[in-house]
Parts: sequence; structure tokens; C-alpha cells
Amino acid sequence: MLLNQFLLLSAALFCIGVYGVLVRRNGVLVLMSIEMILNAVNINLVAFGTFHGIAGQVFALFVIAVAAAEVGVGLAIILLIYRNSRSIDIDQLDELKG
Amino acid sequence: MDWFLTHAWIIPALPALGFVLILLFGKRFLGPTRAHWIGVPLIAVAFVLSICTGVAWIQHTNDPHGGPLADVQEECSRTVQATGSEEPAEHADEGPTEGHAAARGRSVAQEDHGTEATTTQEGGEEHAEAEKHHDTQPVVRCVSWFDTGDHSFTIGTLVDGQAVMLLFVVTLISLLVHLYSTDYVNGDRRYTHYYAFLSLFTSSMLFFVLAENTLQMMVGWELVGVCSFALIGHWWEEKPNSDAALKAFITNRVGDVGLIVGVIVLFFGAGQSFSIIDINIGANEGLMNHTVLLVASCCLITAVMSKSGQFVLHTWLPDAMAGPTPVSALIHAATMVVAGIYMVGRLYPVFFEGLAIGGSSINLLALVGGVTAVFGALLAFVQKDIKKVLAYSTVSQLGFMVTALGVGAWTAAMFHLFTHAMFKACLFLGAGSLSHASHHSFNMVDDMGGLRRVMPRTYWTYLIGTLALAGIIPFAGFWSKDEILAGTGSANEGVGNYHFALVMLLIGAFCTAAYMTRTIWYAFYNGEYKGHGHPHESGPVITWPLIVLAALTCVIWLVNIPTKFFFDWRPPESFTLKFEHYVEPVGPFFPGSSDNFTHAEFNGWIAALSLLVAGGGLLAGYLFYWKRALKPLENLAEKSRLAAFFKNILVNKYYFDWLYTDVIVHAVKKPIAAAAYWFNQKVLDGVVDGAGKTAVASGRFVYDKIDQGVIDGVVNGTAVVATESGGELRRTQTGRVQQYAALFFAAAAILAGIFVLVIG
Amino acid sequence: MIASIVAQASPSFSLPANICFGITAAVMIGSAIKVVTTKNVVHAALYLVMVLAGVGVNYLLLQAEFLALTQFLVYIGAIVVLFLFGVMLTKAPLGRSEDLDNLRQRPLALLVSLILLGVLAGTLLDSFGDDKLPFRLSPEGNTQAISDSIFSTYLIPFEVVSVLLLAALIGAIVLARKD
Repeated sequence: MLLNQFLLLSAALFCIGVYGVLVRRNGVLVLMSIEMILNAVNINLVAFGTFHGIAGQVFALFVIAVAAAEVGVGLAIILLIYRNSRSIDIDQLDELKG
Repeated sequence: MDWFLTHAWIIPALPALGFVLILLFGKRFLGPTRAHWIGVPLIAVAFVLSICTGVAWIQHTNDPHGGPLADVQEECSRTVQATGSEEPAEHADEGPTEGHAAARGRSVAQEDHGTEATTTQEGGEEHAEAEKHHDTQPVVRCVSWFDTGDHSFTIGTLVDGQAVMLLFVVTLISLLVHLYSTDYVNGDRRYTHYYAFLSLFTSSMLFFVLAENTLQMMVGWELVGVCSFALIGHWWEEKPNSDAALKAFITNRVGDVGLIVGVIVLFFGAGQSFSIIDINIGANEGLMNHTVLLVASCCLITAVMSKSGQFVLHTWLPDAMAGPTPVSALIHAATMVVAGIYMVGRLYPVFFEGLAIGGSSINLLALVGGVTAVFGALLAFVQKDIKKVLAYSTVSQLGFMVTALGVGAWTAAMFHLFTHAMFKACLFLGAGSLSHASHHSFNMVDDMGGLRRVMPRTYWTYLIGTLALAGIIPFAGFWSKDEILAGTGSANEGVGNYHFALVMLLIGAFCTAAYMTRTIWYAFYNGEYKGHGHPHESGPVITWPLIVLAALTCVIWLVNIPTKFFFDWRPPESFTLKFEHYVEPVGPFFPGSSDNFTHAEFNGWIAALSLLVAGGGLLAGYLFYWKRALKPLENLAEKSRLAAFFKNILVNKYYFDWLYTDVIVHAVKKPIAAAAYWFNQKVLDGVVDGAGKTAVASGRFVYDKIDQGVIDGVVNGTAVVATESGGELRRTQTGRVQQYAALFFAAAAILAGIFVLVIG
Repeated sequence: MIASIVAQASPSFSLPANICFGITAAVMIGSAIKVVTTKNVVHAALYLVMVLAGVGVNYLLLQAEFLALTQFLVYIGAIVVLFLFGVMLTKAPLGRSEDLDNLRQRPLALLVSLILLGVLAGTLLDSFGDDKLPFRLSPEGNTQAISDSIFSTYLIPFEVVSVLLLAALIGAIVLARKD
């Protein structure tokens, strides 16, 4: 098997994730896209890790743990946004508008 | 006993520990009024340790073994690393007679022993003398601080006579100030904060004193500056106090640039070494280029000018009186301002070679010091605030020390530092006691007077301090000042022939005596008490430090009795010049072994002249104030326009503050303002115009330019440009997070692509 | 067991592994695209399950069987459920809804992700070309190696991650609390 097939798959997943982050209006869907990005990164880590023993897998594990934490806090934030504005439409969160 | 020399790091560590403890636990566990429970015992232990270190140093000097670098840890100095194991062997073979020191033409030994030495150069006495003046062996210990590349930076302690002397001074004064403050600052709203910084101040000064390399020295130097900033601005709620703190800090920054540049120059000059020993040996043995040394010493002089309040950068020192009085005592006697003097003393070969002090008759150090000695003293005449008088007196006395260093009288400078610390601390604490009595006013002209009866202890100690400062014979100031005067080599044999310095110092000495008489008159005589309430003698916690310092002022000169005295009377040799013997280094790291380095000895004429001048100053003050005998001089400023002119100059402190704030700062600010204005008008405006949207606005701009003057224009211009460009830029600020993210990702992707194409 | 089969299989003949990879990759890409395009929030979550499972299969192909199991347990078992709770609690429309996408944003997002894909793919092909994966892991798997490594070399990062999880737990509670 080639290294590149995993890397290209991961690149594709990453770009789809980026597209999702940029285009989705629902906060939960944005978080899902972020999860895809993180998974793409993990595939990379493990694929490259085959050259370096076990370290890549350990780091992938850490990323999974951090991702779990991130989802927890992210969903809490979205819940809070929902409670404050009765909507999780990211498009409406334009308090930064100049 | 060598334990004390190798473990000197404990001394600065103790007050540092005190700082941490007070900061962490002071307020919570001891309450707001008991921070001194931590501070005082720790500084007392440090003081005891300093004395032990001093005793250990004396034993160490009496019992020499090996070469001058025998006690230098190998990691600390490249010179030691280079010579390695040869050094001790070489000296063991050659013995003390023909060792490093003796081979170098022992002019030191000759001068110490007056005329005999010149006649017995080859006699058996040389043997004895050479043994007696064996090389000093500084004890250097260090640990690795950090490594970069292949270069290791160390941190450690360099204990020698100079360091030990200052350890004693700093811990003594600091201990007394700590004790004094328990009463003086009692009830202050930031009592804990005050003690914490007092401890840190002491600690950083001790750290500076013990510094083994210039980098460490710089750290200590800056720490001292920070602490002085915090303590001068202790009562920062009042604007003048915080201004004074800022002024002290910023003025010192100016000098710090000089220090940094000087240290860097020396680092490369000495073959990439910060070690003081390396630098000194390199400078002293001619391994370093003369130009390098000249540049380095000029840079370092800038640092001295700011830290030690020398002329043109002295302006912060009188303002620093805004801090609590004990802090002033600490700053002026033991820490902060003596740092500059100490630094010059530490790196003396750099200055000695760089400025070619030997055999010369004028140099930058002597010039700066001489000018400061006179001009600082003159300023003291027009001050109403007793602390400011003392502050200018410090400026002037520091000028004495710098002059002494400039003329090659190293020991005289250090001795003056030593004695000055005692009597200046005594005077400052006395001034604090006075203000304590007169409801926290320092205005001696309007709020004091007639205090000698109600405050006898303060009066007598203050009087002793004054006499010492003026240089009257049995007190400490006379001996050290006389050494400096003799050291100018003007009238007798010295390192050079510094006639200018001698004249300036004599004028300075006259002024000193006169203005100190003035403070005595206003504070203690001058009819009845003029302030509010009823004055009273301060409590024992305040007066005892005064008494201790006054007593020391009376006896401290015994440590450096000259070999010869009036009418050629010679005190027994075993009592003379102990200070010089133990404090002044001998060896390859000090110019003492160079040919033109001589020790000026006591000169009856100079001493008589200085006494005459000081007495004249006292007499003039006495006649002027007590007897009113100098009627024509009274209210001179009102009678003569010339005198008024000079007085005006003095009152305005030679217009230095005006020069700095109004001329220099404005000169810097204005071109920037003008450039900003030009940029606003031409560039930004042009862009906006180009967009075709500000035709009307620019029309109004032209009107403004003609009509409203420069400053207005800048302000309006900035605002208008900001509004216009903001209006344009507003469109990109949608507030939509995802658009921002998209732009961010796009930028990252494009940048990555460029990197891949260009670099990859 | 699966790992050992795959591990034994892959060095000797890569065809089954490659076929497996090809199918997984196709499913993953398809599901991923559906995640970001579907009009139904719950469907998106389910498609996400497919993607995550595909990632797990990829781990297996790369002989990281412990990681694969973790992926299944943590992601599919926990995180997706969390997402479904998130959908429920925010009262998202459970059926089809037309306004899930930000239409104004779509061209820009498409452009950006395509540029990104182009740059990434170009760089990867350019730098790694036909590099083969080295397989030198033991057939009995590497779970023990991972645990050894986590509890010796990476002990401190592991502890830090534990603290991070605790912090996230507390943070989530504080944020989502109703007061």
C-alpha cells in the first residue's frame, strides 16, 4: 500500500470538513465538520507513524481525547447560544459587524 | 572559615527569601502591621553572615596560598580554563617572591612604605614586602546559568575585599533602615508592600555586589532600578510621587543603554566572556584593544551618570526624595547610587586603561565627577526641603567618588563610599526623624527651627553627620575626602596630575560645609519652631539607628589610618591602611601592579588646605546665619541682578529638567507629529481622494490646514481619515464568523501554495 | 484477531487490502460529502457515523487496531450520541430543512476548499509519490506497545490530557447550567 493513498484520503476529508465549516449554518453541523477535520489529521498521524514506531498512534489517541473534550465544550457553547438567542444559526451571530 | 567565602550566595538569598515570604504570607498570616517580623530577622542574619564573610576574607588574605586565581572555580573564567593546571604549579615553584605579583615592579609596596622602599629596592626588605603584599585571591564560585550553542553562561559569586566591604555596608544600612522603618512607616497603608520591596531592594543590591560576571551584574543593576521605582513611588496616589518614580526609572533607562552596550563590547573584547575576572585581566594585561576599552568605558560612564546621579543625568536623584525617608537613606547610602561607583571599581582596569588614567591630567571620569561635585553642591544652597539638600549633597559626594576613580585613587573612592554610607545614612535618617517631629514636613525653612532643644539626640547625631560630611578632622569624612584630594596627585605624587579635579573638589568641599551649616541653622536654630503642633523627640527605634551610625562615623576612619600624619608623625605600622590592604586587590586583575599606579600618601598641606576650606565653609555659614555678620550678602538676590540671575539658574536646577522635558522631548515629538501630519495629509488623504469619495472632506482639510494650526490639524486629520477609511473598511466587516473563517482558510491555502511553489 | 489477519495479509498481497481501502475510501468520501450537504440534521449525524467508521477501518489497514477500537467506541459510541443530543436540545428541525446551508457563503467556501485540496494534493503527490508504507509491526498487535509508551514516555502528556478532560467536563457543566 502506498503512503499517499491515505494522505490523499485524509486531504479530501479535510477539505470537505473545511467546506462544511464554512458553509453550514447550524452549529451542530459545524462541529461535525470539525470532527471530520480532526479525523483527517488522525489518519495522517497514523499513516506517518508507521515510519516511526508507535508515537503516531499515541498522538492520535491524544487527539481523540482532545476531540472528545472539544465536542463537550463546543456543544455546551452551542446550547448556551441557543438559550440566549433561541437559534443556533451561526449566520445570525454577527455582533462583530462593524 | 572559607565556607563563608564560598557560600556568599546565602547573603542575597536571605532577603530574597524575605521578599517572597512577605509577599506570600505577610499580610495574610501576620496582619497588615507586622511584615517586619519576617524582614528584620532575615536581614539581621544576612548582616551577621556579612560580618563573618568579612572576617573570613581577612583570614583568607592573611593566609595566602597559590596564585591570584587559585580560588577561582574553573568554570567561571576562561582565563583559568586556559591556564588550567599550570597556574598553581608555576606559583609553587617560584614562590611568593618572584611570583606574578612581585615580578611586576612593586610600586604598590614601595608607595605604602614611604621613602624606605625607594632606597631598598634590591635589599632584603623587598622580600618581606612582597610576601606581605601577596596577590589577593578572589573567591569565585559559580554554577551554570544557561547554555546557548556552545557557550555556557554562569551565575555565581565573586568575593573579594571590595565585595565584602559593600556587603557589610549594605546589610548594615539595610538592617538599620529596616528597624527604623518599623516606627517611621508604621501604620502605612502599604506596610507589607513596603517591607517586601525593602527586602527585594537589599537582595538585589547584594546580588549585584556579589556578581561574578557582567551579565549578572546587569541583572542586579536592573533589579535595583525596579525596586527603587517601586519604593520611590510608594505613595503613588499623589501625582508628584509617581512622576518622580517614573522619572527615576526612565532616566536610568538612558544609562542602562550605555551599560548594555558597554557590557556587550566588553564581552567581545574579552574573547566572549562576561566574567569580571577575565575582563579585568584582559584589560589589565593589554590583551584588549585600547579603542575597545575606551568605547566600553565611555558607555559604562553613561551608566554611572544615570545610576550614580552624575552631572547631566542627575536630575532624577533629588526627585527621588518623594519616597519614604528610610528608602532615601537606603538609596543614597548603600544601594542604588553606589552601584555605579561599585561598577567602576569592579571593572577598574577597563577604565584605567581605556581612559589612560595613569600619568594623565584630565579624563572623562574626573571631569564628570569634578563638575558634579561643584554643581551639585551649589544646587543644595537654594533648597528649602531638607531632604533635597541631602540629595544634592549625595550628588556632590558621588562626584567626589567618581573623581577619585577618575584620578586613579581607587582605594580613596571605595573608602569614601564606605564612610559616606555611614554619615549620609545618619543624615537621612536624622532628616526623617525631624520630619517625624514636625508632622511630616521636610520644609526646613518654613516648618522647622529651634528643634535642638526638643530633639537632642537627633540634633547631636545630625551634627556629627554634618561635621563628617563637611570633612572636619576626627570624623570619617575628613579621612576619606582627604585621601581623594591627595589622590588627585596635584600636590604630591599620585597616579596623575589632576589639578582641575583638586580645584573642583576643594570648591565642592567648601560648599558642602557651608550648605550643611545652613541646614543646621534652619532645622535646629533659627528662632522658634515654625511648624504645626508640638515637636517631640522621636522614639528609641528611630534614634538608636542614628546613634549607631553617628558612633560609626566617629570611629570608622580607624580602619584606614594613613601611614604618615601631620608633622611626619607615623602611627605604628600595624594599624595603618588596613582598609587598603584588605579591600584593594593586588594581582593581574587590577592595575595596582602597573608601573604608573601609585598610592598617594597623606599630604599635610593638602589636609590642612581641605580642613581650612571646610572650616571656612562652616565659618561662613556661622557668620552668615548666626551672627548675621555678612549683612551685604543677605538677600543678595534682591539687591543685585547678577546674583538674582545666578540664583534663578540654581532654583531652576540649571534648567536641566526644562532641557529634557521641553527641549529634547518636544524636539523629538514635534518632527514625529509633523511627519504623522504629513503622512496623514499626503499619503492617507491621497488614497482616500483617489477613491473619489472625499473631495468635500479634503476641501475642508485645506481650510483646516490654513486656519487651525498644526496640532488641531493632526487631531482632526487623524479622526477624519479614520472615519473615512473606517467607512470603506466597514464593508468588509460583516461580522459573519464564517466569512472570516473562509478568508482565513483562503489566505492560509494561498500562502501554503506560494511556499510550496517558491521554496519547495 | 482482525488485526492479525490484516497484518498477516497486507505485506504478502496488497490487493485485498487495497480493494478494502478503495471501497472504504469511496464510502467515506461519499458520506463526508453528504455530511456537509444533506438537508437533514439527523442524517448528517448518521453519515458522520459512516465517515468515522471508515476512519476506523483505515486504522485497521494501518495495523493500528487499538486505535480502531477506540475510534469505534469513543467516536461512534459517544461523540455521535452527543451530537444527536445536541441536535435534540437545540430543537433543530428533525426532517428536511432548506436553510441548513449559507447560500451566500457557498461559492467562496467551495473555492477555498478546492484551492486547499489542490495545494494539498499537489504537494503530497509531489513529495511522497510512490512511497510504500513500511510494515514491520508484530503480528500479535501493538496494544501493549501503545500502553507501554503512554505510561512511560508520554506519561505527562497523558496526565495533562486527563486534566484537560476534567476541565472540559467542568467547563461544559458551567456553560450549560441553567442559571
